[in-house]
Amino acid sequence: MSDVVLETKGLVKHFPITQGIVFKTKVGAVQAVDGVDLQLRRGETLGVVGESGCGKSTLAKLLVGLEKPTSGSIMVRGQDMVRLKGNELRRARRNIQMVLQDPYTSLNPRMTVGDIIGEPFEIHPEVVPRKGRERAVQDLLDTVGLNPDHINRYPHQFSGGQRQRIGIARALALKPEIIVCDEPVSALDVSIQAQVINLLERLQDEFGLSYIFIAHDLSVVRHISDRVAVMYLGRIVEQGYDTEIYDQPTHPYTQALLSAVPVPDPRLRGHRDQIVLEGDVPSPANPPSGCRFRTRCWKAQSVCAEKDPMLQTRERSPHPSACHFAEIRDVVHGH
Amino acid sequence: MTDIKAQMDVIPGVDPRAPLLEVNDLHVEFRTQYGVAKAVNGANFWLSPGETLAILGESGCGKSVTAQAIMGILDSPPGFITKGEVRYRGVDLLKLPEEQRRRVRANRIAMIFQDALSALNPVYTVGFQLAEVFRIHRGMSRGDAKKRAIELLDQVKIPAAKARVSDYPHQFSGGMRQRVMIAMALALDPEVLIADEPTTALDVTVQAQIMGLLAELQQQRNMGLILITHDMGVVADVADRISVMYAGKVVEEAAVYDIYSRPAHPYTRALLESIPRLDMKGQQLNVIRGLPPALTDIPKGCAFNPRCRYAKDPCRQDPAPPAYAVAPHRTARCHFFREVLGE
Repeated sequence: MSDVVLETKGLVKHFPITQGIVFKTKVGAVQAVDGVDLQLRRGETLGVVGESGCGKSTLAKLLVGLEKPTSGSIMVRGQDMVRLKGNELRRARRNIQMVLQDPYTSLNPRMTVGDIIGEPFEIHPEVVPRKGRERAVQDLLDTVGLNPDHINRYPHQFSGGQRQRIGIARALALKPEIIVCDEPVSALDVSIQAQVINLLERLQDEFGLSYIFIAHDLSVVRHISDRVAVMYLGRIVEQGYDTEIYDQPTHPYTQALLSAVPVPDPRLRGHRDQIVLEGDVPSPANPPSGCRFRTRCWKAQSVCAEKDPMLQTRERSPHPSACHFAEIRDVVHGH
Repeated sequence: MTDIKAQMDVIPGVDPRAPLLEVNDLHVEFRTQYGVAKAVNGANFWLSPGETLAILGESGCGKSVTAQAIMGILDSPPGFITKGEVRYRGVDLLKLPEEQRRRVRANRIAMIFQDALSALNPVYTVGFQLAEVFRIHRGMSRGDAKKRAIELLDQVKIPAAKARVSDYPHQFSGGMRQRVMIAMALALDPEVLIADEPTTALDVTVQAQIMGLLAELQQQRNMGLILITHDMGVVADVADRISVMYAGKVVEEAAVYDIYSRPAHPYTRALLESIPRLDMKGQQLNVIRGLPPALTDIPKGCAFNPRCRYAKDPCRQDPAPPAYAVAPHRTARCHFFREVLGE
């Protein structure tokens, strides 16, 4: 279980902000991802949670190579994806695929399902010979619980949940070890969401997949993840096993985030330890000095503005937490 | 100001002792070139002052269309109200002439929407849009209206309201924009506020801020709130009563504690079971098999029967199950509600 399939070190992505039309001068940078270290082990699901604008989708794009990082490395099977080029890069990319959020816009409406799921084989013809492709696509449809006879249908003939299954089949086509799921169920209704989550879990067992599961719905992430990383303004602020993060959060942001999630049980109303944060997330183009959460944090002191807290285990935090004053506080179970 | 209010705000036949809002047997259909989609097929509920009623359901169940019909903002054509009544203090709003209907909107019943950015006009400042409400409904001067706009922004806790009143909608964050829309809805002290997925587009920490604000304002004004949502967490946190909608019908109506502890309709039960819960970790989630029906082709009998694990022969035949009284103030449209409750 412990062999690492993916490891990032100091992953940074800054989008330049430029001024001028002919002579563009760089006046700043949106620090979308700013120093992310994470490890993904075989057969494991790593959940990444955070609010909009925290950089979780940029992280996903970096991992599958849709964006080039400003600095840092992404090691997959001992190869640094960032430095690979040409054929080697293409081959390496087979191994890490992606499922996108919106099944309505991520499937080309003019392509049949067969063409959509078969397209990876066009780009990587060595995986399945031309003759076997239709068969392979039908097998994939069957694997994700769709009717193999529907290979010639178009995306609009399917419901939202079924489309997401098509997206998953496409990600599975090249038999990857790693699938990055960027908000795979957030566009779906609750009853359909459960079907897709069950499918993802079954596929993981069947093919020994490792997932990076990005979502903002904390209860879904808890259900599916073995480990969880919490992101805030481009950095991971806390990381640990699901029970560590959910039952013993030590970073104030994690605590606030967890406490803000409404619990579907009216008996807990008024008994929960609710922390309401003030204000909004600061702009990633101009993040606060030191700890990035300090502007909204009730524990903030002068040291927080001066010294950037490292993501590490601390005296009062048995798992890595990026807070000078990390301390366990159970916010989920009420009092 | 009261005399102006009295003048601009007269709705004949209003009986202050009658229930605040009652929706009876509401039917709405959309006539399209592909056929008639029956979006609402007999919605019933009522609302009292100070109370929060949640209308819970998945996409396409008719919850937003119901709200639009109450507000009188249904796109017609293609949408048509074919049957039913919406009674505000005893007056059937559906029978009012448009001019009186306009007085009801904003004055008595107001609404906020999911997507504040598209609900606000991008080419006017928020101050102008807020002031417009007072100028049109209250006949105030520009100066007075602007003062009231600033007061309102203050009430919804927008920092530096005086400066921000001349900002445009795109200059506000998602949460702040939602506050502006709440301010606009509450400008004329309505007795009923309909909130259609008010926090769905927002992050959880901002959602907590907005729901807190709504609860506070509701309490101050003793306002009735209809909260339309699909989020069972939010409902558990704020609702007094819940109406669960499926395929255009209210399939179950009950107090919030009853629904969560002992659902009486199989659909409610299945919905609650499909939320990931702590003790379900590592197990399969319960799913509702199949898909919601197409509104152009709703199954005979109980609309939920093809997906229901309790379904038997009577469920597959017309007429659809009536609203059985499960307990006082509690109904469920299921022939076998006792079985659903009793497990």
